[in-house]
Amino acid sequence: MEQTLIQVEDAPSNQVRLEDVQLDITFEQLKRLVSPRALTGETMLLNMGPQHPSTHGVLRLLLELDGETIVNCIPDIGYLHTGIEKTAESKTYLKAIPLTDRTDYLAPMSNNLAFCGAVEKLVGIEVPLRAQYLRVILMELTRMNSHLVWLGTHALDIGAMSVFLYCMREREMILDIYEAVSGARMMSSYIRPGGLWRDVPAHFPQLVQRVLDVFPARLLEYEKLLKENPMWKERTVGVGKISAEDAIAWGMTGPCLRGSGVNYDVRKAQPYSSYDHFEFSVPVGSAGDVYDRYLCRMEEFHQSLKIIRQAMAKLPPGPVMTDDRKVAPPPKHEIAYSMESLIHHFKLWTEGFKAPEGEVYFAVESGKGEYGVLLSGDGSSKPRRVHFRAPSFHNLQPISQISKGALLADIVAIIGSIDIVLGDVDR
Amino acid sequence: MVKLVSQPICPVADTRDLPQALRQALSDKISEVVVFRDEVTLVVPREHIIEVLTHLRDVQQFNMLTDETCVDYYPREPRFGILYQLYSLPRNLRLRVKVMLSEYDPKMPTAVGVYRNANWLEREIYDLFGIHFEGHPDLRRILLPANWQGHPLRKEVPVAVEENAFSFNRARIDAQKPYATE
Repeated sequence: MEQTLIQVEDAPSNQVRLEDVQLDITFEQLKRLVSPRALTGETMLLNMGPQHPSTHGVLRLLLELDGETIVNCIPDIGYLHTGIEKTAESKTYLKAIPLTDRTDYLAPMSNNLAFCGAVEKLVGIEVPLRAQYLRVILMELTRMNSHLVWLGTHALDIGAMSVFLYCMREREMILDIYEAVSGARMMSSYIRPGGLWRDVPAHFPQLVQRVLDVFPARLLEYEKLLKENPMWKERTVGVGKISAEDAIAWGMTGPCLRGSGVNYDVRKAQPYSSYDHFEFSVPVGSAGDVYDRYLCRMEEFHQSLKIIRQAMAKLPPGPVMTDDRKVAPPPKHEIAYSMESLIHHFKLWTEGFKAPEGEVYFAVESGKGEYGVLLSGDGSSKPRRVHFRAPSFHNLQPISQISKGALLADIVAIIGSIDIVLGDVDR
Repeated sequence: MVKLVSQPICPVADTRDLPQALRQALSDKISEVVVFRDEVTLVVPREHIIEVLTHLRDVQQFNMLTDETCVDYYPREPRFGILYQLYSLPRNLRLRVKVMLSEYDPKMPTAVGVYRNANWLEREIYDLFGIHFEGHPDLRRILLPANWQGHPLRKEVPVAVEENAFSFNRARIDAQKPYATE
């Protein structure tokens, strides 16, 4: 067959000329970020995203390529910035909770807990034990929910289609529990300062039991599909390595940090919501590559099940909301005969409770890492400043270092293994 | 290979001795130590911040910058507070460092040389608060588009502005309506 050689000048290509890059960046700024070879056209600039299925949302990367090797990776974020932190400043502490759902929308309960924990710390609210245990159960279900979406999409990116379908099937069981307790499948807003919105419904134990019964076998199925799969290992082992020192210096947390061999889990280091009442282990990897991050998360499924099992067995009876009427609304029947309750009800739903002046930081271990809330109160019923320490934001930042020298195809595996949610990155 | 660990690096540490120890180690460089809800905050003048952060990282083992952000204390003066939330893995301790900045001189030396991940965090503060970080390698907007006017997390910026859909006010129509120009 006759082959036609195309002249390089005429070749149709996706190559971006350095002068034409639309990155909200001046030419001078861009020149500092790419290597000098990009100026001569020796290396190629390739735009990836923001509309790209394997960027898990609207992440945009500008890649400088030498052949198929990545020379530089310049992330461009902010496409999903919704001003959640600014909006929260104009809401009372209670009304700001629905905003937190929308940051990391795959793990809404973790965000709820981080925010409510910060409010409880600032105001000084004690949470009843039953509420704390229920929070732990929901927190671990949320972790599994977050990991299921990670596993499905990560495998889909690398080319294992069926895992995604299985993960979405199992996730449905967890979303059913969300719906049963809060009425919403994703944006739960179920955890409130002082406890929970209401007690769990009567069939909650059966729903959780179903998860506990079904999951161990399903986890084995996932592992059969991937763990020793030579194609999976070919794509993940030794790819996207980051050393423990670098991971610490970049402020990475969660499975990304533990995959590099650093034993840091907020649940163990600084226990909250009575996590110290339960026995569980923290999986710690060693190689710091995509495969070790995968192994850590897979083991976390088993540990989550272990915690849920213990918490369900030990779940104490009692109230799920603090009885401090200055922060928690009185029950409906009390309003009918108590004038004071009526006043509390009215004050809480119009003005909200007041928090003292000062700053607190409260962190939880969400599925993606340390999710912290830095809350500054000004003495009124609205926060002066809420800042979400988003794990995805911190875990994404080192991508320019991790992907340096990797192959173009590996960037997809790296993004997947970091497990970002752009709602969390951009807030 | 993954191994299972059931204990943290260091058990939950006591923060009671921390303020005294830090006061002794950094007596001439810090202006105040605040303890609120068992959380220790060092208030540091701007000119000493890099020295203090370097000391905290190298001597006091605060090896992780968990978070860096800004708080607008309007109408107080100094108006802006830059908060560094530090964490020490080996000592299992949290510490906050705070620098107060005047509204009329919102400039800071960058902490990128001490903690690498301050890069994006400082870009975010610059973007949302308009604090200028001197010596920052890549100081440009991160979340908002480059042609955005102003810094939205400052208190003088309203949460939302709703434009009038219809008006009989001639001056307002003239101000809002884009007339064709030559």
